[in-house]
This record gives sequence, C-alpha cells and structure tokens, in this order.
Amino acid sequence: MAVAPETMPLDAERIKLDFPILQRPAHGDKRLVYLDSANSSQKPRQVIDTLSDVYETTYANVHRGVYELGVAVTERFEGARDKVAGFLNAPSRREVIFVRQATEGLNLVAYAYGRKFIGPGDAIVTTEMEHHSNLVPWQFLAQKTGATLHYLRLTDAGELDPDSLERLGDVANVKLVAVTEASNSLGTLNDIPALARWAHDRGAVIVVDGAQAAPHRPVDVQRLGCDFYAISGHKMCGPGSGALWGRTELLDQMDPFLTGGEMIRTVDLERTTWNELPWKFEAGTPAIAECIGLGAAVDYLQAVGLERIAAHERALTEYGHSLLAEIPGVSQYGPEPSRRGGVLSFNVDGVHPHDVAQVLDQDGICVRAGHHCTQPVMRRYGVAATTRASVYLYNTPADLDALAAGIHRVQRTFGV
Amino acid sequence: MDDLYRENILDHYRNPRNSGHLDHPTVSAEGVNPLCGDELAVELLVTDGVVEDVRFNGRGCAISQAAASMISDAVKGRTVADVARISREEVLDELGIPLTPIRLKCALLSIGVIKVALAELNGEGIPAEWAADNEITWKSA
Repeated sequence: MAVAPETMPLDAERIKLDFPILQRPAHGDKRLVYLDSANSSQKPRQVIDTLSDVYETTYANVHRGVYELGVAVTERFEGARDKVAGFLNAPSRREVIFVRQATEGLNLVAYAYGRKFIGPGDAIVTTEMEHHSNLVPWQFLAQKTGATLHYLRLTDAGELDPDSLERLGDVANVKLVAVTEASNSLGTLNDIPALARWAHDRGAVIVVDGAQAAPHRPVDVQRLGCDFYAISGHKMCGPGSGALWGRTELLDQMDPFLTGGEMIRTVDLERTTWNELPWKFEAGTPAIAECIGLGAAVDYLQAVGLERIAAHERALTEYGHSLLAEIPGVSQYGPEPSRRGGVLSFNVDGVHPHDVAQVLDQDGICVRAGHHCTQPVMRRYGVAATTRASVYLYNTPADLDALAAGIHRVQRTFGV
Repeated sequence: MDDLYRENILDHYRNPRNSGHLDHPTVSAEGVNPLCGDELAVELLVTDGVVEDVRFNGRGCAISQAAASMISDAVKGRTVADVARISREEVLDELGIPLTPIRLKCALLSIGVIKVALAELNGEGIPAEWAADNEITWKSA
C-alpha cells in the first residue's frame, strides 16, 4: 500500500499560494491539479509582477537610450543575464546568450558551430531519448554537411545503454555529442560528466539540453564539464524565454547565428564586424521584459532552493510511482523513480492516452498525452503514445492521490 | 465535458460496427495521425456507384474509433456521390459531443479516409480540404 510521505522537503501548499493560477478552479468547481510542468510550468506572482513592473516603470529598448529609462532597462536586462550566469555557475556572463527557448539555443549551436566546424566524414553522436529539439537539428545538420549521425540507444529500463556507447567507440572523427541531461518523456537522468569526458577524449564538443534538468535541480556547467548548455525559461517558472551557455573560446570562433541590429560593431556597405560576446549572438531587439522575468524566476527558484526542489520532486515521484504500481492494468515507463526526474509516464491497458487525459481533465487534472516530441522513444517501447504526469515544486502528495483516483475513474468509464 | 464519453460513444468504441476487412474491396485508404498515433484504414465495396459495404480497421482513441463505427453505418447503401457530399459538420453532429480542436482530428479521421478512398476511386488526388491537413498522412490503394 502506497503511503504518502509524512513530511515533504517543501511546504508545497504554501508555495501554491505564490501561483495565482493554482488558486482557480477547473471546470467551475473542481480543484485544479496541474501535473504538466515538464510541458510548461506555471508562474509565481513574483515573476508576473516583474513583467508588469518592467512595462509600468522601466520599459524602453535596451543598449540604446541615453535617457534615464533606457539606462534603467539595460541595467535590469543585463542584471538578468548575471542572474542566469549565476544560476548555471557560468565562469563568465559573456557566455550567457538570451534566446527564445532551449530549442533556439540548440539550433544556434547547430548552425553557428555545426555549419562551420562539421563536414563530410565527420560524425555527430546523439541519443534515442532526445526531445525532437535536440535530435532534428543534428539530423538536419548531418544531412546538410555530409556528416554521419550515430545514436546512443536505450535499455529496457529507459537508460542510455552503455553497450551502445562502447560500440560507438570506434567511430572516427566524432566532432559533436548532443545529449539531454534529463529525459522529458521518461525522466531519465544522464551522467553528463561521463559523457563529457567521452566526447572530449575524442576531441568533440558536447552540447547539453538542460530544458528538463535546470528547472528541477542545481546546475553547474563547470562541474558538468560540457561545452554548451541550453535552458527554457517557461519550464522554470519564467516567461517565454531561454538561454544558451557556451564556452568563450568556442563562441569566439563561431560565426553569428542571426544577423541584424545589436549583433554588429561596425557596418559599412561592403562588410560588417561583429559585436563582442554575448551580443554577437543576440540580433534584433530581444524579449526584454521576458528576459528580466527569467531573472525573477531564477531569484524565485534560488530562494526556495534547487536542492530542496529536487528532493521534493524525488519524494513525489517515488510516491506517484508506488501509487500507479498498485493499479492493475497500468504500465509505467522509465527508470526506477529514485533514478529519474519528476516524470511519470504510463499507459492504462485498453485506453488510448488521449482518452485517459480527457477523462482526467474532467476531474480538473492536467496531464499530457501523446509522444511528448520523442517519437523514437515511443517506438523503442512499442507504444504510439503515453500519458505523462510531471511534478514541480508546487505539487503535493494529494495531487498524486487525485491522479490515482482519476485513473480509477478512467478504468470505470471504459470498463477495463 | 462530462458527456464526451456518453454511453453510445463508448458502445461504438467497445463494439465497433463494420470492423475488419472485406474479401474484395473496390478501393481502400488509410490515414495516420502521428500526433496521437491514431491509425485508421477503410475498405469500400462499390458496385454501380453505390457503397455496398465498408470495413474499418486500425487503432486509436475512443473518439476516432467510435466515429469510424458510426460513419460506417451511415455510408452503407448510399451512392458514392452522396457520400462524397458528407460534410465535417454532419459527422460532428452525428457524434453529438463537444470536442476541443485537438480531438476534432480524431473525430474526422474516418470521414477523411473515406473521402481519400473515393477520390482514388474517381482517379483524383487527395481532396484539397483533407490534403491541407498536414498533420495526417493519407495513403490510398
């Protein structure tokens, strides 16, 4: 019998009060149970207020104005960059590039690094568990450059198969390794320092998709030993925003990604010289308020404590896993709950995931159903789709009790 | 939302009408929606311009499977020209349940494969209104 933890690392009932949307009911009178944070997280009052405050008190364009507002907004914008740099433990703020989301950060590397330094006869290594945003850019890069693309495979337990890494040992000219720190569809946590050593032993760079890790656990790009690290603000209590961290020596060698305003130093009719880091990679007016909002999200998460958030989610995941394991006809995917992030990916025998999610919605429970932008993972486990519940700092054991009760209702509705 | 899985939808889902294969189909077509993994194939027996028999097979959510079952009863015995005139709205009226935009695709997959099969029968390409749906892959034979 699954037993709810007596004490949790976080007082999530109190944290919920910071999130206005979590106070509203679902379908008029149901308690809203939000279990889709791996898709996008909700926003605390502190972030929402920051967005309003920027527009109400400090808005103008950045890096332009000689007037008071322009100076003030630039200070807040660049201050947000300092916060993100601190959040990632980046050695330098110059290495933090604001992007729209992790997807854009990964594409930036694929274009600005990949198109310049990867060519025919070279090899790119990624994994079968990647979100499409860390798979398609490399597949496209391989097609465009004539490089070959190789995959680390998944074990039945949902982890990267060390044998497949062994088999890739003989691949020549590996120039780039792209891997996620945490799987969005299985929750798997990858050993980035080990993969970074493997890449660097071959003279390759390693690009890490941090979209599913950075919101949920402390990140230290120096400890990870990676070369690039991409995050999405909207998954970490922030607005639509993101950042790419990259090592200075690589960013310096790369060509720009997008060209236009801001990323230039001098322009004449024949040629242009690039701005210094990080602005060389920030063409055009950025999403100013959103980037400042991302800084506010970093403040919020750090005040709660990333270690405590990770511990809280681990307790929730273990409890949720044990609840689902008690329901006959429910199959779960992914590693042991102690070895993964806050993701519960499952199927209910005899019911399509969309129907599962739809019936859960009737109880005010928000989960995702589908392939989670990881079609190769779905094929690996022989399913078209799964239902995924994902937890964050504002979730409680009661939210998972509601999920389990909802699944029983699904089974009753469909008579399975 | 509570009546989405009302009893007649669940009945069609659990006991689909005209499910399986025909011995000698005149024409067939299939549609795949990778977004949710719905796969649906239709086989039609057409004699003298009349849809004499129909079979659906595939897998997918309750909405797509129930819609296929309901539409299969509705097209049997009707002329090809008549079936070709069935609109999306008629199918949705027949289902009679409120659907969000994502679930509309589930509900309309079955009429889509029928339209694709009939276009094949008439030696035409995939009808423009269905070809425009770039999320679904259609095949006909």
